[in-house]
Amino acid sequence: MAITFFFYLFSLAAIASAMLVITARNPVHSVLFLILCFFNAAGLFVLLGAEFLAMILVVVYVGAVAVLFLFVVMMLDVDFVELREGFLDYLPIGGVIGLILLVEMILLVGTWAIAPDLIAHTSTPTVGDISNTQAIGQVLYTKYVFFFQMAGLILLIAMIGAIVLTMRHKPNVKRQVIADQVARGPATAVEIKNVESGEGLQ
Amino acid sequence: MIGLTHYLIVAAIIFTIGVFGIFLNRKNVIIIMMSIELILLAVNINLVAFSSYLHDLVGQIFALLILTVAAGEAAIGLAILVTYFRNRGSIAVEDINLMKG
Repeated sequence: MAITFFFYLFSLAAIASAMLVITARNPVHSVLFLILCFFNAAGLFVLLGAEFLAMILVVVYVGAVAVLFLFVVMMLDVDFVELREGFLDYLPIGGVIGLILLVEMILLVGTWAIAPDLIAHTSTPTVGDISNTQAIGQVLYTKYVFFFQMAGLILLIAMIGAIVLTMRHKPNVKRQVIADQVARGPATAVEIKNVESGEGLQ
Repeated sequence: MIGLTHYLIVAAIIFTIGVFGIFLNRKNVIIIMMSIELILLAVNINLVAFSSYLHDLVGQIFALLILTVAAGEAAIGLAILVTYFRNRGSIAVEDINLMKG
């Protein structure tokens, strides 16, 4: 009974906040509703027994992605009112396409039936009395270690890409060049002049 | 009793809202990227629901990898957006076809 209540609570809140993400006038509000939507999805994950993924969702999406969105929205000085021009122009076609897509998907999952012997053929069955985190750890670092490493590589490439794209060198700013400093020796740093007595240095 | 179908319908609704958001906010790239995040979230809900009801952990591993890709996509997309804004002073999607290499 409690599970039913919480399922409807989380899913209705997730759907409502997702709707508000795309219709909010202010993009900052959109980001905040996106955070609410992620929290509710994490609640759904907990109901499904995937606690580890729920916490990862909160940490990664709310802690990193949503804050990144918030940062960019606030950093860029964009006239968002101008961007909302023609907001209603695409409402009819978008609504029709969205409705068709939704009806098709609901018809598909409504008639869905899973083969009764499928559970006996799963590749990585869940083990009985250990926690979800432990179960994921046992397969993630053994059976799926290649995919785990690939995920790490993707994050590395994304990090390098983001840095390369956004880093810029202003031409008139002096920067420290370590190599030049290390290569500097008596030959390049000191100039010896022979000063005549009584004449000084011109 | 909450069955697999309930979760799949919730995911389908969120997916549709994501697609609808792309149509609705055709000028604002930031909202479009948020819509993409919503779509990926719907996919994650699907995978975790299947994983839970079929007693198979692979779905959760997949969801973890999709989370990684979504984070990378958001980082790169926002970096491109910042660079584009620096060059053009606006983020209107309609002007992006000027970026012919």
